[in-house]
Amino acid sequence: MFGIETLTGSSQAAALVGVVLVEAMVLYVGYGALESAVGSTVLKLLGGD
Amino acid sequence: MFELFGISATMLALFAGFGLLIGVLFGFFGMGGSFLVTPALLVMGYPSRVAVGSGLAFVFGTSVIATLKHRDLGQVDYKLGVSMIIGTTVGLEVGKEIVLHLEELGLAGNIISITYVLLLGGIGLFVTYEALKGGSGDGGVSHDVEEDAEINADDIPEIAKKIQSYSIPPMITLRGGIQVSLWMVLLVAFATGLLSGFLGVGGGFIRMPALFYLIGVPVPIAVGTDLFEIMFSGGIGSFLYAQSGGVDLSIVAPLLAGSALGARVGSAATSIVNEEEIKIYFGLMLLLGALAVAVRQAGNYLGMGVLDYVSLALILGSALMVASAVIYSALKSIRAPGSAGVTAD
Repeated sequence: MFGIETLTGSSQAAALVGVVLVEAMVLYVGYGALESAVGSTVLKLLGGD
Repeated sequence: MFELFGISATMLALFAGFGLLIGVLFGFFGMGGSFLVTPALLVMGYPSRVAVGSGLAFVFGTSVIATLKHRDLGQVDYKLGVSMIIGTTVGLEVGKEIVLHLEELGLAGNIISITYVLLLGGIGLFVTYEALKGGSGDGGVSHDVEEDAEINADDIPEIAKKIQSYSIPPMITLRGGIQVSLWMVLLVAFATGLLSGFLGVGGGFIRMPALFYLIGVPVPIAVGTDLFEIMFSGGIGSFLYAQSGGVDLSIVAPLLAGSALGARVGSAATSIVNEEEIKIYFGLMLLLGALAVAVRQAGNYLGMGVLDYVSLALILGSALMVASAVIYSALKSIRAPGSAGVTAD
């Protein structure tokens, strides 16, 4: 995945950990933006307002 | 069948859904969800190395997100964190070596499973007992802990006072004015790292109480420092396992995508749901998790493949039960007349 398999040993391991780190940061920022954008609307809908 | 990154869409959806459940649990209780991943992967037939390595990589990703959320709260003791990282790294390496050695002997699956049964069962019994007793035990850690405060001598557990009394140099001063021998910190870190590397868990559910009960660190700082430390131990652990092909991104990526969303839902729910109401479900989930691993082991021993599916159903079912209880209670609170509304997170 993402061409990581072409690397070997420690480089591949570091790349894998890096991918997980980047994914976590992207998810944090992405879901944070999503929550800001639609969070209150969703809560209003759930509350039946 | 449709495939993405070499994995079927069904499996991707399963992992993302499982991640979502775990995220809700982690976001709400601040602990507990991640150590369901490794037994679930073991039940699904992944090799021990992949189950533990991918479990650690998932813990790493989850803790990065949690640490980002807590970085502004000032609840991290970096001196303690770095000391813990040193001890944990050594413990992780030893734990990993034990797993690889046991794998060569063909015993890894059995021994990891038995340790899981004992650990999950023990914690499950403790949490359920505390919940039934109506006490405020440390079955879970609130994300909304109070800001750093000077620790009161009466609040320090007796064991921690004893450990703090060992003046083996070098002594270090921690936040809250605590003085403790560096060797004691390293010893606690080594023990939790060993367990972390052996079981593929972040070790937070052991380390946080250990920091409080053994070192005497105030709970808010123990939580923040623990998250900071899990980020490193998870990262180092995943790197070590990835070197021997133990991290499978097609498992970790969808799990993380689901859990990051679930964690937001779970942590938003903490502000509107009484944790005590849910804690008994959490204890039961851990007990069912222990039962699931035991059923799988029995299936292997008796050669009954069907017990693997029973085991997987128990794991997924228990996580689903508790996550649903959290969401149901949150919805009930939102819809309750006179509800003051909710601020997400």
